Amino acid sequence: MAILEARDVHIAFGGVQALQGVDLTLNEGEILAVIGPNGAGKTTLMNCISGWYKPDKGRILLEGRDITGLPADKVAAAGIGRTFQNTAIFHGLTVLENIMVGAHLWMRSNFLSCMLYWNLAQKEEIEVREFAEEIIDFLEIEHIRRTPAGALPMGLRRRVELGRALAMRPKVLLLDEPMAGLNVEEKEDMARFVLDVNEEWGLPVILIEHDMGVVMDISDRVMVLDYGRKIAEGTPDEVRQNPKVINAYLGVQSEAV
Amino acid sequence: MIYRETGVHHTTYRTDMALFRVPLARWSVAGLLVVAVVIPFFATDYWFSAILIPFLTFTIATLGLNLMTGYAGQVSLGHAAFIAVGGYTATILLIYDIPFLAAVVLGGLMAALVGLVFGIPSARIKGLYLAMATLAAQFVLPWAISRVVPLVVPTGLAVAGGDTVYPPRPNLFGLEIDSLFERYFVSLAILVVMTVFAMNLVRTRVGRAWVAIRDHDVAAKILGVNITHYKLLAFAIGSFYAGVSGALMVFFYYGVAHVGEFNLDLSLKLLGAIIIGGLGSIIGSFFGTAFIILLPIFLNISLTFLGNAAGFQVSSGIIAGIENIVFGALVVVLLIVEPLGLAKFWQNVKDYFRLWPFSY
Amino acid sequence: MDFFLELFVNGLLTGVLYALIALGLVLIYKASSVLNLAVGEMALLASFVVALAANFGAPSWLAILAGVVVMVAFGYFVERLAFRPLIGQPVISLIMATVGIALFLRGIYFILSNKWPVYLVDLGLPVDSLNLGPVSLLSSSVVGGLVALLLFGLVGYIYARTRTGLALRAVSDNQTVALSLGISIDHLWAVVWIGAGLVALVSGIVWGQRIGVQFGIAILGLKGLPVVFLGGLDSMVGALLAGIFIGVAENVVAGYLDPLIGGGTKEFLPFFIMLIALWVRPYGFFGREIIERV
Repeated sequence: MAILEARDVHIAFGGVQALQGVDLTLNEGEILAVIGPNGAGKTTLMNCISGWYKPDKGRILLEGRDITGLPADKVAAAGIGRTFQNTAIFHGLTVLENIMVGAHLWMRSNFLSCMLYWNLAQKEEIEVREFAEEIIDFLEIEHIRRTPAGALPMGLRRRVELGRALAMRPKVLLLDEPMAGLNVEEKEDMARFVLDVNEEWGLPVILIEHDMGVVMDISDRVMVLDYGRKIAEGTPDEVRQNPKVINAYLGVQSEAV
Repeated sequence: MIYRETGVHHTTYRTDMALFRVPLARWSVAGLLVVAVVIPFFATDYWFSAILIPFLTFTIATLGLNLMTGYAGQVSLGHAAFIAVGGYTATILLIYDIPFLAAVVLGGLMAALVGLVFGIPSARIKGLYLAMATLAAQFVLPWAISRVVPLVVPTGLAVAGGDTVYPPRPNLFGLEIDSLFERYFVSLAILVVMTVFAMNLVRTRVGRAWVAIRDHDVAAKILGVNITHYKLLAFAIGSFYAGVSGALMVFFYYGVAHVGEFNLDLSLKLLGAIIIGGLGSIIGSFFGTAFIILLPIFLNISLTFLGNAAGFQVSSGIIAGIENIVFGALVVVLLIVEPLGLAKFWQNVKDYFRLWPFSY
Repeated sequence: MDFFLELFVNGLLTGVLYALIALGLVLIYKASSVLNLAVGEMALLASFVVALAANFGAPSWLAILAGVVVMVAFGYFVERLAFRPLIGQPVISLIMATVGIALFLRGIYFILSNKWPVYLVDLGLPVDSLNLGPVSLLSSSVVGGLVALLLFGLVGYIYARTRTGLALRAVSDNQTVALSLGISIDHLWAVVWIGAGLVALVSGIVWGQRIGVQFGIAILGLKGLPVVFLGGLDSMVGALLAGIFIGVAENVVAGYLDPLIGGGTKEFLPFFIMLIALWVRPYGFFGREIIERV
């Protein structure tokens, strides 16, 4: 059962055809890895899905509802959470506050009740705090909850970003290279978190990743992009055997295959 | 002064999220309030009119500017213009027999409305382009005020071409607010309320959204924050604070609504105050305001003293010059060495004593 | 019609001088993305120095030389002491630093003018009126306008034809890449600040001759802001055209409107135009729109 679908997505920047008719299907409860060489259009596809870019052609459906061309904050409200390739945490906020920003969407208190810290606002702040603490527990970052996020090393920033996206209570999670810049140990932690999120929370995940070991280990299906086109899709094993993928992605000459 | 966390254990999120988490913080704030209440019994008239009342009224303005610029990242070069809008609105309302508190609040609301209008470009532009829209406010609004005010103020109450207006004496629930003493307490009460509001705003949903927009607007939007909404809210609330402070400045400090007071100089000075005090810090607004009020007094006294000792007269022009030099140089130096301003030094002191006497 | 023509031509000449102020802003913006809010104070300082030197009996060339020395030194030290340590800070900090510099320069001007009050830059230029058909102009304005145009040509030439110009264009396109190619940003920032200092010197002299050496020059400097926003912050051609447009617009509108509403049009109109421009076309008419990537 597909929860997220992209159909025939096209987008061009100037003369560059970044995406040329890409289809994507994410089924409930699965981890879908999107791989491809640099410049293949992976992040562009994420940007189209999360509403940052408006595709020139094609449609994006979340649970059958058309979300194409909605502004990014409305897409977030529809249930798409994401992280960024170049981490985009809020430097001036603490880790706890960063995660609580994630909950912004489903909070209801307006500026007047916030100003007075009265009734609804207070109740809601405490409720969100409890929820944020659950996420902090889950990600094992209790010790830094009051540290300004700008002071954190990359490994922890990526974790905070994941926590922030989780706090959105999204229906779908897009992870854009969550392991870039991490060392082996941190990568293992992150892989474990992604698996846990997927299994315990039942959250479907789209994962962009360059580390083939991780991709092959944790994803249910893999989709391969090259020059803005989908060149292969299937289980990790199928994709690994696909000559087109070997040619495009692993850079082996086709004669050698 | 020992800001100890050791031994303070919160068992509910409710107490952990209170405005002041540590008993000592609560005690020091209470102590400060006591001082604020006691001071006027010892203050001379000069203290009231040169330090205390301007400090209370200007701090409301810097709080607003800090919410807008320090927290939400919307630089305003036109804060004085919004102050003027509030000051004039409240004055005119008072002339038309609107009660004092209502006039102050409506002055703030009028300023908020005008601030919203000048914040509209923030939907599409940011950074220095937006700063320019606020600079335009600094030139367009005083012009508009000097054209509009003579039309609405009954003749006889306005002087000097019609844009200088003396407000009638305000009264609170039938009691006239006249003496410096009374002005001080009314200003203090309003400042305390506005400070609590500001602290509440920045620690809740709204404040987090503002800082998120300031730090990374793309990420904020993708997390579902309606950026335009919150930017406009920052403009409106920042200008509301400006308007309220404008009303109090006119009633209690200047004693007259004169558009020339609310010039670009004041805007730049307020901006300098929050840079020196600390961007994105409530207490920094207090430090910064104290600085801009005390610096000229300090220079005046010390330079006159030095001049007398050396046997020559130091003219007020020179003192004004030195004030500008010190102020300008300090803004640049602080931007280089400590972008978080005096508030950061304060934080360092607190951190030092946090675990005192053991620094680990 | 004659009245209109006179307003128009005088506006044209004023406009070229606004464009000159804007040129100083564009120079710095292109190289460092900094909007120099101290531009008026720089012109004020320059005109004061020249007037003071002339007042002490220095011949014109020496007075101008004194101005050159002061502005070059100023440009160098501002870059060295204020902006180099701020490399890598957010742009908004850099802009606030220019506010600090503006206040600093004001202070210096207050003190110096308190000691030596001077009122006019007098370089012995003719002060008579020129009659061109129905329009009469101050010859000093005409000279000022021509000098400004000349300076535009010169700066344009440096940008388009010299090695330094090439480096400047590279930096304005992409700072990081330029840096990695071995272009020294420190050096270039010093160059643009000195260049902006010299442009301020010319504006200071021309304005000082026109309205006298007074604090008003610092306020006039702010009129460069509507000009650069209309023209686009990184476009010299835009600065020239927008400067002329604003000069003409304020002069013509003020000529007809001031008698009706009692003055003040010139002070607010440029900013009003800027506000409208920001509403309808936020990035000016010649500037580049920034496209953001995630």
